[in-house]
Amino acid sequence: MPSYVAKPTPPNQDKRWKLVDATMRRQGQQQRGLIETLHTVQEAFGYLDVQALRYVAMSLRVPLSRAYGVATFYHFFTLKPAGEHTCVICMGTACYIKGAPQLLDAVQRDLGIAPGETTADKKVSLLTARCLGSCGLAPAVVYDQEVAGKVGTPAIREHLKKWTHA
Amino acid sequence: MTPEELDQIAEAEREAQSHFTQRVNVCVAAGCLSCQSQAVKDGLEQEVERRGTKDHCQVKGVGCMGLCSEGPLVSTSSGVLYKKVEAADGSAILDSLHGTSVSRLVCPTDVPFFQRQKKIVLENSGVIDPDRIEDYIAANGYTALIKVLTEMTSREVIEQVTRSGLRGRGGAGYPTGLKWSTVSKSVGTQKYVICNADEGDPGAFMDRSVLESDPHRVLEGMLIAAYAVGASEGYIYVRAEYPLAIKRLKNAIRQAERVGLLGSNICGTRFSFRVDLRLGAGAFVCGEETALIASVEGKRGTPRPRPPYPAMEGLFGEPTLINNVETFANIAPIVRNGGEWYAQIGTEKSKGTKVFALAGRVENTGLVEVPMGISLREMVFEIGGGIPEGRKFKAVQTGGPSGGCLPSDCLDMPVDYESLARAGSIMGSGGMIVMDESSCMVDVAKYFMDFCMTESCGKCIPCRVGTYQMHRILTAIGNMTATPQDMKMLEELCDLLKHTSLCGLGQSAPNPVVSTLRSFAEEYRAHVEEHKCPAGVCGAQPVGEIA
Repeated sequence: MPSYVAKPTPPNQDKRWKLVDATMRRQGQQQRGLIETLHTVQEAFGYLDVQALRYVAMSLRVPLSRAYGVATFYHFFTLKPAGEHTCVICMGTACYIKGAPQLLDAVQRDLGIAPGETTADKKVSLLTARCLGSCGLAPAVVYDQEVAGKVGTPAIREHLKKWTHA
Repeated sequence: MTPEELDQIAEAEREAQSHFTQRVNVCVAAGCLSCQSQAVKDGLEQEVERRGTKDHCQVKGVGCMGLCSEGPLVSTSSGVLYKKVEAADGSAILDSLHGTSVSRLVCPTDVPFFQRQKKIVLENSGVIDPDRIEDYIAANGYTALIKVLTEMTSREVIEQVTRSGLRGRGGAGYPTGLKWSTVSKSVGTQKYVICNADEGDPGAFMDRSVLESDPHRVLEGMLIAAYAVGASEGYIYVRAEYPLAIKRLKNAIRQAERVGLLGSNICGTRFSFRVDLRLGAGAFVCGEETALIASVEGKRGTPRPRPPYPAMEGLFGEPTLINNVETFANIAPIVRNGGEWYAQIGTEKSKGTKVFALAGRVENTGLVEVPMGISLREMVFEIGGGIPEGRKFKAVQTGGPSGGCLPSDCLDMPVDYESLARAGSIMGSGGMIVMDESSCMVDVAKYFMDFCMTESCGKCIPCRVGTYQMHRILTAIGNMTATPQDMKMLEELCDLLKHTSLCGLGQSAPNPVVSTLRSFAEEYRAHVEEHKCPAGVCGAQPVGEIA
C-alpha cells in the first residue's frame, strides 16, 4: 500500500533546486525520471554530490543505492567538481591513430595529473572523451566547451599555458 | 494540419524563397562550427546588411556538406563550393555571386568525393536550414507522412518498407520491414517507438550529422513507423555528448507540435503520437536495445537475455520498436517513391545506400553516402582521395569496437552486410577508419579491447573478466613480454567471449583481435618472438610530438 511520504525539502536555499524540481515534476515524480533529473542536477551544479543524490533519491522514492548506482554507471556523470577550465582530449579511433595519445602524454606531463583529475590549484581539469564525433578534424580537443580540430602538441601546450598562467 | 495546410506552408515558403536571386549557404553542423563557421555566417550577414541587398540575397545556415576536413564550407547559388572560409572572406564571396569565383577558396566538386555519392538520407543536408520546419516542408517534407495517413493502411506501409529491402542501419542489419511487422502484430495496451541515437562507436558521426542537418526527417520516419506499428508514444535516445543535435531536435519537436504534425489527432485522423527526448549518459552498452530500454526507464543500462525481444516486451513491458537514426531517415523517401525504387539501389541482399564517416589516414575525411556494394578501394582511394604523405595503405577498420580491420587484399570486396561479415568485420553503424603503415595492429586491437573492457557493464562474467584478461595479454604483447602460451590463451578467450557473453558487446568484443590475428599474424609474431614492433608504436610510451 503506498504510504504518504512528505516531499523532502531541498538541501539548501539555492535557486537551482527549482530547476531540479521542475524536471522531476515534468517526469511525473516517477522513478523513470531518475537519469533526466541527474542530468539537470549536473547541468545546474556541475557535478553530483551526496547531498544532491540523497535529495533526488528521496524525491523520486528510489533507494539511494540505486541513485548512486546510476550516477556511477554512466561516464557522463561526475561526483567531483571540475576545475575552472576543462580540457577534454578525444580518444576516438580517428583521433587515436592521428596522435591523441601523444597529446595526452604531453598534457599529463606538463600538468602532472592523470585523466579525470584536476590540478592542485583547481585551475584545469583533464578529461578524455570516447569520441566527440569530430573525426573529420582528428585529433580533436575541447577547451571549455569549444571544439578545436587538428590539434598538435605545441598548440595544446600554448592553450594550457594561457590557463595556468592566468 | 490538413494536407492542404501543408501545401500552403510549402507554397508560402517556396514563394518567399523565390524572391532571393542570390543564396549563400554556410554549414553550421558541428564539424564546421568548431572551425568558426558561425563567425563566417555572421560576417556574411553583416556584409549583406551593409550592402543593403537583404531583399534578394539570402544567407542561410545549413547542415553538413560532407567534406568536414576542409571546413568551414560555404556554397553559393552560382554553384560554387568554398572551403576553409574565414569571416573576412564574406565580402569576396558576395562579390563573386555575379562575377568570377574566388579561386583561392574554391573547393572542386567534380572530384569522386562528390561525384560518386548517392544521397538519399543526406539529400537535405547542406541544403535546408535545420532550424526551420518550413524549409523542410518546402523540400517535400512530411508529404510522406500525409500520404501514409490519408491513403495507406498500416499493412500497406509495412509492405512498402519490406519491399524496399531496408535493413537496420545500426549495424546488425535486421530487416526493418520484418521488425515493424512483428511489433505491429504484438499485443499490448500501449506501444512505443524508440529512435536509437546513442552513437557510441568511436569514429562514427553519421547519426549526429543527420540529426544536426535534418532533424525533421528523423521525426517523419518515426511518425510513419508509429502509424505502421500502432504506437502513440516515442522516445529519441540521444547522447548527451551531442549538445547541438539535442538542441536542434528539441526545436524540431516543438515546431512539429506547433503545426500539428506531432500530438493528438494528426491530420484530423485518429492517429496520435508524442515524442520525448531521453539523454544518454555515456555508456556504449546502451546501444544494445535491451540496455537502451533499461536506460530510458531510468535504470543502469544493463542488457537482459533475449527473448523476449523488445518487439514483444520492451519499454515498460510493452511492445517496442527500436530503430537507428539512419533507418528512420530512410523511411520518408521509401514511402514517397515506393519500395521498388529503393530496392533498385545496392546489391541483392543489401539494398539502398549507406552513410559512412570516413576518417583516419585519408586525404578527404568527412561524411559520405554511397550505394551499397561499392568497393572498399573506391571508398578509400577515390572518394577518400588515398593516403596522405605518400604512405602505404595498411587497413581499414569498420564497425568500431565490434568490427574488424580489413587488410589490402580485401580492397576489392564490395561493401555490403554479407561481404563484410565474411571478411571478419561488420557493417556496423558506418564508421570507417583508414590506417596506414604508421599504425600497429596489435596496438589497435589493444585500443579496442581497452574500450570494451571499460564499457563492459559487468553483468555477465565472460565479458567482464574476459575483456580484462584479453586486454592484459594484449598489453603484454605490446610490452614485448608475452609468451607463446599467452597467444594461445588469447585465441581461446576470443572463442569463449564470442560464444558465452550475454549481449552483443561481449560477443563481438573479440572481433578486432580475431580480424587482426587473421590478417596481420606476422605483426603479432614479431612482437612475441622478436620483441619488436614493425610499426614502431609499441614498447615505449607514446613519446614525441605531433605537428
